[in-house]
Amino acid sequence: MQKKISATPFRGTAEQEAKLQSIIAANKHDKSRLMAVMQQAQDIYGYLPLEVQNIIAEGMEVPLEKVFGVATFYAQFSLTQKGEVHIAVCLGTACYVKGSGTIYDELQSQLGIAGDECTADGKFSLAASRCIGACGLAPVMTVNGEVYGRLQKSDVADILGKYGK
Amino acid sequence: MKTVAQLQEIKEASMSEIALRLGDPALASKTKYKRNVLVYGGTGCTSSHSEAIIDALHTELERHGIADEVKVVRTGCFGLCALGPIMIVYPEGCFYSMVQAEDIPEIVEKHLVGGEIVEKFLYKETVLADGSIKKYNETDFYKKQVRVALRNCGFINPEDINEYIARDGYQALAKCLTELTPKEVVQIVLDSGLRGRGGGGFPTGKKWSFIADGPQKYVVCNADEGDPGAFMDRSVLEGDPHCIIEAMSIAGYAVGADMGYVYVRAEYPIAVTRLQRAIDDARANGLLGKNIFGTDFCFDMEIRLGAGAFVCGEETALMTSIEGNRGEPRPRPPFPAVKGLFGCPTVENNVETFANIPQIILRGAEWFASMGTEKSKGTKVFALGGKIKHTGLVEIPMGITLREISEEIGGGVPNGKAFKAAQTGGPSGGCIPANLMDVAVDYDNLIAMGCMMGSGGLIVMDEDNCMVDMAKFFLEFTVDESCGKCTPCRVGTKRLLEILDKITRGEGTLEDLDKLEELCNYIKSNSLCGLGQTAPNPVLATLKFFRDEYVAHVVDKKCPAGVCKKLVSFVIDQDKCIGCGKCARNCPVNTIVKTDYVAPGHRLPSMKIDTSKCIKCGACIAGCKFDAISKH
Repeated sequence: MQKKISATPFRGTAEQEAKLQSIIAANKHDKSRLMAVMQQAQDIYGYLPLEVQNIIAEGMEVPLEKVFGVATFYAQFSLTQKGEVHIAVCLGTACYVKGSGTIYDELQSQLGIAGDECTADGKFSLAASRCIGACGLAPVMTVNGEVYGRLQKSDVADILGKYGK
Repeated sequence: MKTVAQLQEIKEASMSEIALRLGDPALASKTKYKRNVLVYGGTGCTSSHSEAIIDALHTELERHGIADEVKVVRTGCFGLCALGPIMIVYPEGCFYSMVQAEDIPEIVEKHLVGGEIVEKFLYKETVLADGSIKKYNETDFYKKQVRVALRNCGFINPEDINEYIARDGYQALAKCLTELTPKEVVQIVLDSGLRGRGGGGFPTGKKWSFIADGPQKYVVCNADEGDPGAFMDRSVLEGDPHCIIEAMSIAGYAVGADMGYVYVRAEYPIAVTRLQRAIDDARANGLLGKNIFGTDFCFDMEIRLGAGAFVCGEETALMTSIEGNRGEPRPRPPFPAVKGLFGCPTVENNVETFANIPQIILRGAEWFASMGTEKSKGTKVFALGGKIKHTGLVEIPMGITLREISEEIGGGVPNGKAFKAAQTGGPSGGCIPANLMDVAVDYDNLIAMGCMMGSGGLIVMDEDNCMVDMAKFFLEFTVDESCGKCTPCRVGTKRLLEILDKITRGEGTLEDLDKLEELCNYIKSNSLCGLGQTAPNPVLATLKFFRDEYVAHVVDKKCPAGVCKKLVSFVIDQDKCIGCGKCARNCPVNTIVKTDYVAPGHRLPSMKIDTSKCIKCGACIAGCKFDAISKH
């Protein structure tokens, strides 16, 4: 899967970096924890721009090439910034057969962005997600982690409205 | 905890906590509680706001001053996700479904205070015609189920180690460490006939017996449940995390490993939190760590999070990922039993496989082997999804038929539609068509049908699902998830997808069908790992059972299910159309216009669709109240 690389400039703070450094210090002894460090780094920054990958590579004493390789391999790692409101539509089988594809299309057209993109104002971002295991509620999507289930196309506008669209 | 005797003490002391749920009157008299209220807090129910229900329960119980008499327990998944959030009240065992926080004051007041069951909130199937109420385990959904791997899910509080101990928790580990040699443990697992529940169905005992000698060995639990539509492993981790810790420790004892890793998907936050809590509690109680039960046996474990790569469910890729690398598979041999994690001998099983182990040790290999078919012993957990009434999780003995699963347990296809096929094994599996519904479901029968058990996802499809589109959907998934290491998988799946796409656009030829088959067989026999070797299965299975649908796409340029947009046209039945014009207003591209024709009995002229401009969005059909528009 090819990843989009962020075009927006990096705005990391010293505080964020201090947090990351302490995580690196706690895991440095075991190089196999590289992914765990990257996951926590993504929690801090929201995504993994090259600047953050550099800090991790130096801290964990592994080549940047390896960090970048891991970052691009796994779907969870994002090289682009997420919006304040991040929407993920489940395209797992159970959701798909119940029409989550239509929901995804509708969100794209209402937000005016494609999947894995962020609106120009940084407010909304949209992605397709793998099965989140809430198949009993299919089709589902999550908005900032909150699950909306048994969706119909007509629900999309209301839900976006709740988040200020 | 240092000794087995102390484990017994905790067990006896904790029995009263779960007494009401066991339905044993002798025990029930010892408990201080009048009732236990179980609220289901798996991912499905939590997404339906079961948290709010628990809060409301506590508030109301306080208000009525009965907070000490009623124990509120947040448990794991109970399976019937379609009706979530679910709440069961013991000792009555009555089953409240689709409960909302607003309903709680009434339930507390009438039932928990007044002792009168509130019928209107009950799961309808539990209320009989004469008004009497049957227990949930007598309903169609539950009565054929045999819960081994899921025995504690939805029964105990997964965050309370004492409730697990009260349910014979850690007794199997104690038995292994104090009464059995490692060889005997392996022999019991071998005799039970347990096969890997993650996909391939390799005998677990054999896997354990192959472990090579070495100074350092590992136990790995595969909880990277990537098959879309499968959530049994998640439910076990959320509902009964200690069971996995106990089983991994037993495996560690059997093969001589002192360290275990659980590789869990990051998409399962509740499972990760509960498992971490369980590991901490087990450690605090001396059930993980050094010299467990005062023996020489030491075992500890750690969670590693996946990051959303399907291929990491393949055992060698999973180990590469635990090591902190891109999760690419390694060629075998050497097999993990010889050279696995960090280059050491490693035994790897998935969550559901492990969940069977403690019961096999406690109740014996013969008990387990008495369930199931000749070559597939025990039970299997299935995640029912798709077009089925009772979506959810079921555990049934091997060898039950698909008809029993989908019609009796699953409640059949909703909205009066016809069952078309069931998809098993996710992107690696195939489908079972309606005419094979009476074949007994076990490992070997499924493989004979060109299908596979996989991890147990079972997605039901009805007449509105197009099988070519389904095959395309799965190929999109595997193309996306192919790690790219070997060419047959990386390039081959992409070419397969292109041909399927061509067919769904109505540009396919009959030669394309032969090409598909040839390419499928090539990818199957030449890919490096299980992902590539099984990726063509959805195409091969649909080609085998639904070739006529492919032919309809290719020759007649029609999609019989009306799914493939390029092949569908929308038509207004001019005699049914009353000319209200709603469709024209709904149409986003203004392609619906009035005609000159007024049908007999109608006042206004009917409408018609200019098919050349139609984008086939379906907005017109959705809005028509007179059934005048149809897809062809």
